[in-house]
Amino acid sequence: MRILVCISKTPDTTSKIVFKDGNTKFDETGVQWIINPYDEWYALVKAIELKEKDPAATIHLITVGSADCEPIIRKALALGGDEAIRINSDSTDSYFIASQIAAIAQAGNYDIIFTGKETIDYNGSSIGGMVAALVNKPYISLAASFALNENTATIIREIEGGEETCELSLPAVISCQKGMAEQRIPNMRGIMAARTKPLKVVEPVAAEALTSIVSFELPVAKAGVKLVAADNVAELVRLLHEEAKAI
Amino acid sequence: MSVLILIDHADGHIKKASFEALTYGADIAQQNGMAAEALLLGTVTDDLATLGKYGVTKVHQAGNTAFNQLDVQVYLKAITEAVNATGATIIVLAHNQTGKALAPGISAALKAGLVAGAIALPDTSNGFVVKKAVFSGKAFANVNINTAIKVISLSPNSYKVTVGQGIATVQELNLTPLPASIKITAVDKVSGDVPLTEADIVVSAGRGLKGPENWGMVEELAKTLHAATACSRPVADSHWRPHHEHVGQTGVQIAPNLYIAIGISGAIQHLAGVNRSKTIVVINKDAEAPFFKAADYGIVGDAFEIVPKLTEEIKKMHNA
Repeated sequence: MRILVCISKTPDTTSKIVFKDGNTKFDETGVQWIINPYDEWYALVKAIELKEKDPAATIHLITVGSADCEPIIRKALALGGDEAIRINSDSTDSYFIASQIAAIAQAGNYDIIFTGKETIDYNGSSIGGMVAALVNKPYISLAASFALNENTATIIREIEGGEETCELSLPAVISCQKGMAEQRIPNMRGIMAARTKPLKVVEPVAAEALTSIVSFELPVAKAGVKLVAADNVAELVRLLHEEAKAI
Repeated sequence: MSVLILIDHADGHIKKASFEALTYGADIAQQNGMAAEALLLGTVTDDLATLGKYGVTKVHQAGNTAFNQLDVQVYLKAITEAVNATGATIIVLAHNQTGKALAPGISAALKAGLVAGAIALPDTSNGFVVKKAVFSGKAFANVNINTAIKVISLSPNSYKVTVGQGIATVQELNLTPLPASIKITAVDKVSGDVPLTEADIVVSAGRGLKGPENWGMVEELAKTLHAATACSRPVADSHWRPHHEHVGQTGVQIAPNLYIAIGISGAIQHLAGVNRSKTIVVINKDAEAPFFKAADYGIVGDAFEIVPKLTEEIKKMHNA
């Protein structure tokens, strides 16, 4: 079984977001980079769990990004990827990125392509769905559980107000969320092994960027909290009803 | 040249997020001098002609029951054919679970630029620029769509539904579904609860509640307000509450009209998920909790005393 896991570099969740160059660029000064949590905790760990059951399985990692992605790729290899491919481009357009992954996916003949449900920087929730359409394979989004029996996958996906269990034959593209697996910490043996695992750098294939970011904005700060005394809850209800018109 | 709004439905009924998408799509059409039309794949018991009141003139329906389950491959082929048949150049859908499954595929299949999770009308003064939340709610990006055909998924609770007088014509669209690529074997719906992303009011609680056995008063307050319940990440991680209730940067991002946070300190990751809420109320015994800086109203005090009193006062107001 061949598994491709898409990983992305994102700022640590505690990062304060600041922009530069007239609010047109994300200011990376002092930012700690991590593997996008959905890619790491759910997509990658699920792939590792499948390999633990089927040692013949191979896990390939793919990321689209410049050389500064390599520390997070090594971390993913330390957790359990077998080899990694880095597409050398710093594009932020989902279609461009998905086209790169689709090109590798087509050539690599993978049974499963796992992505996180979204990245915590651009929040497009787009890569999995685009890759699936580009390689013309079934797509299950927001998967919270994945079990494999021969070539049939049983997946629980999130739908509005509940869950749905579905079955499909591989190959397929799956976007992963909470429930899929539990976060792991790389061990020393994994970290040592990761140093010598193959990390291939590939130049991007031609693809258009269908969107471009014009500018960024920060949310407008609240005017200041209006405190109500703990023994005067009725006043809070009055404010919510008459002033905020929220209830 | 038209705006085509994809209608999402379940159990025979159109979802609330689609009414927002209809209003939003109709407003884009008006802004650009285009027609607004809707597309419904599958069957519903709702009267489709009444969708005219949200501003669409025509509803295309491919009424094959095979479309009543979400199979992305089947949907993509049908939507692509419908876009070609109707000559639509802007495709609008809700950024809910269904929209997240479909919008990227529509974008790739049509090679049409996608803005996923739009929160405002496009600015067409210089290009076609759509605003969306990024960094999980810590910021916004203005994104230009560079292609002639455009796909926009609208973030739930971001656009006000307006209702007019129109009546739409309903037209059968003959689309042959592909054989199913997936088989749905079970559906498990939490009945009666308000879906979190669509809720007008959300009551949320954190570690300050000390344990899952203390959620009764939160649920009681939520029931009184017809609100959805939510929680912070440590609460979901400790399995005090189901993970789908977790709001924050790595959970669900929401934008309700009113967000009531009980016993939540307000870590940056939590704020990212809720800071688009219109009004925020914070109840916390720690006056230094960072959440107070992001709140509109606050009470410093013991949640176990304040929450039941709040429920009681709201009931009094309802009965007044």
